[in-house]
Amino acid sequence: MRSASAFFVLVAAGLLAAGGALSAQHATAFDIEDGGRAFRNTCANCHGPDGDQVAGIDLGRGQFRRALTDQELVGIIRNGIPNTPMPANNVSEAQAVKIVAYLRSLAESRRSVAATGDAARGKSIFDGKGACAACHRVNGTGSRLGPDLSRIGQVRRTIELEQSVLDPSAEVLPGNRFYRVTLKDGTTVTGRLLNHDTFTVQLLDSKEQLRSFVKADLKDYGFAPTPMPSYKGKLDAQEAADVVSYLVSLKGRATP
Amino acid sequence: MMARTCLLVLLAAASLQAQVTFDRILGADREPQNWLSYSGTLFNQRFSPLTQITAANAKNLQLQWVWQSRSLEKFEATALVVDGVLYTVQAPNDVVALDAVTGRVFWTYSHQPAPDARTCCGRVNRGLAILGDTLYMGTIDAHLLAIDAKSGSLMWDTMVASSAQRYSITHSPLVVKDKVIVGTAGGDMGIRGIVAAFDAKTGKEVWRFHTIPGPGEPGNDSWSGNSWMTGGAGVWNAGAYDPETNLTFWGTGNPAPDWDGRNRLGDNLYSDSVVALDADTGKLKWHYQFTPHDELDYDSTQVPVLADITFRGQPRKVMMWANRNGVMYVLDRKTGEFLLGKPYVKVNWMDGFDHKGRPKRVPGKVPTPEGTLIQPHVHGATNWAPPSFSPKTGWFYVAHWENTGTIVTEGLSPRPVGVNTRQTTMGQVNLQQFYNNDEEAYGVVRAYDPNTLEPKWEYRMSDITWGGVLTTASDVLFSGGKEGYFFALDARTGELLWKASVGGQVNAGPMSYSVGGRQYVTIAAGSSLFAYALPQGQQ
Repeated sequence: MRSASAFFVLVAAGLLAAGGALSAQHATAFDIEDGGRAFRNTCANCHGPDGDQVAGIDLGRGQFRRALTDQELVGIIRNGIPNTPMPANNVSEAQAVKIVAYLRSLAESRRSVAATGDAARGKSIFDGKGACAACHRVNGTGSRLGPDLSRIGQVRRTIELEQSVLDPSAEVLPGNRFYRVTLKDGTTVTGRLLNHDTFTVQLLDSKEQLRSFVKADLKDYGFAPTPMPSYKGKLDAQEAADVVSYLVSLKGRATP
Repeated sequence: MMARTCLLVLLAAASLQAQVTFDRILGADREPQNWLSYSGTLFNQRFSPLTQITAANAKNLQLQWVWQSRSLEKFEATALVVDGVLYTVQAPNDVVALDAVTGRVFWTYSHQPAPDARTCCGRVNRGLAILGDTLYMGTIDAHLLAIDAKSGSLMWDTMVASSAQRYSITHSPLVVKDKVIVGTAGGDMGIRGIVAAFDAKTGKEVWRFHTIPGPGEPGNDSWSGNSWMTGGAGVWNAGAYDPETNLTFWGTGNPAPDWDGRNRLGDNLYSDSVVALDADTGKLKWHYQFTPHDELDYDSTQVPVLADITFRGQPRKVMMWANRNGVMYVLDRKTGEFLLGKPYVKVNWMDGFDHKGRPKRVPGKVPTPEGTLIQPHVHGATNWAPPSFSPKTGWFYVAHWENTGTIVTEGLSPRPVGVNTRQTTMGQVNLQQFYNNDEEAYGVVRAYDPNTLEPKWEYRMSDITWGGVLTTASDVLFSGGKEGYFFALDARTGELLWKASVGGQVNAGPMSYSVGGRQYVTIAAGSSLFAYALPQGQQ
C-alpha cells in the first residue's frame, strides 16, 4: 500500500510538472490572480484557503486524487465528481482554466523553494547563523517573543514563509504585531501585542513576561515596527531556501 | 551575533525567574500573593495567608472586574494566579490567561473535545495545575494537555483513556515533583477508574493505578462475577500530596450501576474510598472505604484536606473528609487509621462504626421497588465543592446541604451495564425530588472542630449550595450558593460581614491573591468570574 502511494505521488508530481509548464505557457499573472479570486469564491469553502482542507487532497501542493491533466481538472471543477461531495460548479471553462492556472502556480511556487532547500541544513542555519531562536520558539525551545514556529509548516504556505524570511515587513499577521508603551517615568516597554481596548493594552514583553497596562497611566503607546530582520543579503539564496525548507517541515510535535 | 546570544541568555534568565518550581508549589503558603494549585496548597486547605481584607473592612469590598466566559456550562473552575497573571478554564476546555488586576485577556487556548466525549453531569472543568512555565488541563475527552503559560501554545497532548469508552477528566491535575497526576471520571457510565501520572516535560505515562483491582490483585474478590470490569469508581476531584510520606491521596466515586448492587455483590473496592498512592510508583499504600457496597451514589470524590493538628492532646497528621454520604471523618493520613467519624447531617443509612471504622449499615436502607426514604439524598450532604481548613482557628469549614429524599428502584432486574453506548449505567432508578422547602432542604456553611466534629457555628441559606469555602488569615470566610450570592462571614462567629449579588449560581470555590499590595478575592458564578477588592486607598 505504501509503495503504491509513493508511486502515485511520483506520477502525480511528474505530470504536474508537465501541466505546470503547459499552464505557464498560457496563463498570465493576471490570469493567475483572477484564478486565485475564483478559487477563494468557489472552492475555498470546502477545500480551505490553501486547498488542503479535504483529507488526502492538497490542491496547493498539486496532490489530487483523480485528475492529473489541466483538462481533467477543468472538467472536475465544472462538472463535479458523481457520488462524492464534490459538486458541479457554475463557472465558465475560461474561469476554470484560470483556477487551474492558479493551483499550478501555487504548487510551482512551493516546489521552487522547497525543492531546492535542505531542511537539515536549514535547521543548522536557524539555530546558528540565523539566530532565529532568539525570537522564535520551536517545540519548546527558543524565545516566545516572536511567533511560535512549531507547526508553521502546517499553517503557512511556502511562498509566505519565504516572504517572511526575506521581506518580513511586507505582511505582519494581526497576532504578530508589536506594540510599544511609554510609562510616565519614561520607561518604554515593547512586546508582541496580545490584546488591547480603549482603556488597557496587553503585551508579551521582550523578557517574555505577560504585561498589562492601563492606558491612562501611560505617557505614550502605539504600534511598533516588527523587530524581525530581513535576511535578504544576510543569507544567500541557497541558505534562504534551506531555512524555508526547514520551516515547511515543522508540523508540530508528535503526541507521546 | 554576540549581541543576539547575550539577548537570548538574558531572556532565558528572565524566564527562569518566573518559573513555578515544585518547591514553590510545596511552599505556596510562603507566597500568599499567588494561588498555585486548585485549593492553594497541596494540603488543599483553601486558606489564604493574606490579611488585608478583615472582618472590620469586608463591608467595603467592591467589584473590580468581571470576566464573562463564552460558555453556557457551569463555571466550576478555581483560577490559579502566578505573579499577577490569572489562569482559568472556560468550560469545557479552553484555557484563558487574564490580567489579575483588570480581568483583560492575554490569550486563550481552545481545545475541541472529541465528538464522542460524554460526561454525566455537565461539560465542566474545575481547574488547572502549573509547573515551570507550563499549565496542565484534563479534558472531557480524557486527554491531558500541557500548555505554555506565556504564549498559550500546546506543548503536548496525551490521551489518558478513551472517550469512546466514556472516560473523561473534569478535575484539576495535581503536580508532584516532575509528574502530573490525573484521574478519570465516568463512573456512572461503567468505566473502570484510573489515577495516572505523566512526565511533566514529555507527557509520557509513568504509572497507572486502577481504582478497581484486576484479577489476582487484592480486592478484586470484592466484586462478584465480572462486575469489576465496568464497576466505575471514577476520580473526578482534586487530589492531595503529603511530602513527608510521599503519598498522594485521591477520593473515588460510586460503584456502577449506581443504585443497583445486585450484580456487583461485595464491598466493591476501591469505590467510595480514599486511596493513598506512592507518588513515585502509584503503588497503593493504604485505603479507607467510606461506603462499602454503595447503592446510594455516595461518591467519595470530595477534596482531601490535610492538616497537622493537635488531636486528643497529641500532635497528629490528619486528613479531614466531609463525605457525600453525610458522615464526616478524621483519618491518620500516614496510615489511613480511622480516628473519628460522625454524621454531620441527618443520616439513616448507617448507625455507627465497628472498631475498625467500618460503618454499620441500617437494614432496609437501600433502594426498593416500594421506595425508600434515604438520608442524605442522592446529592449528598456535600458533593464536590471544596471545603477549607483554617490553621488560625483550627476549624474545618464545609458548605453543605440538609435534605432528605426517596430512592426507588423499578423492575426486578438491573439493566445490563453497557460500555461504548450513550446509555448510562446507573441502574433502573426513579429518584424523587428532594423536598425543597425550608424544613427539609437548605444549605449551610458550618465550622467544625476536627477534635469532635461538632459544629462551632452555622450560617444558614434559604436554598442549597454548590459553593466552596475560602478562609483567610484575617479570619474572613468567603462562600456562595445556588441563590446567586457571594458573601463574607466572620470565620470565628459565622456572622455575615458582606454580600454581593452575582446574578447566577455559585458552582465553584473562592480564592484570593494580591497584586501590587492589593488583595483580591474571586468567585465564579453563572458563566462569569468576579473579582473583588477594597477600594483604592482603603487597604
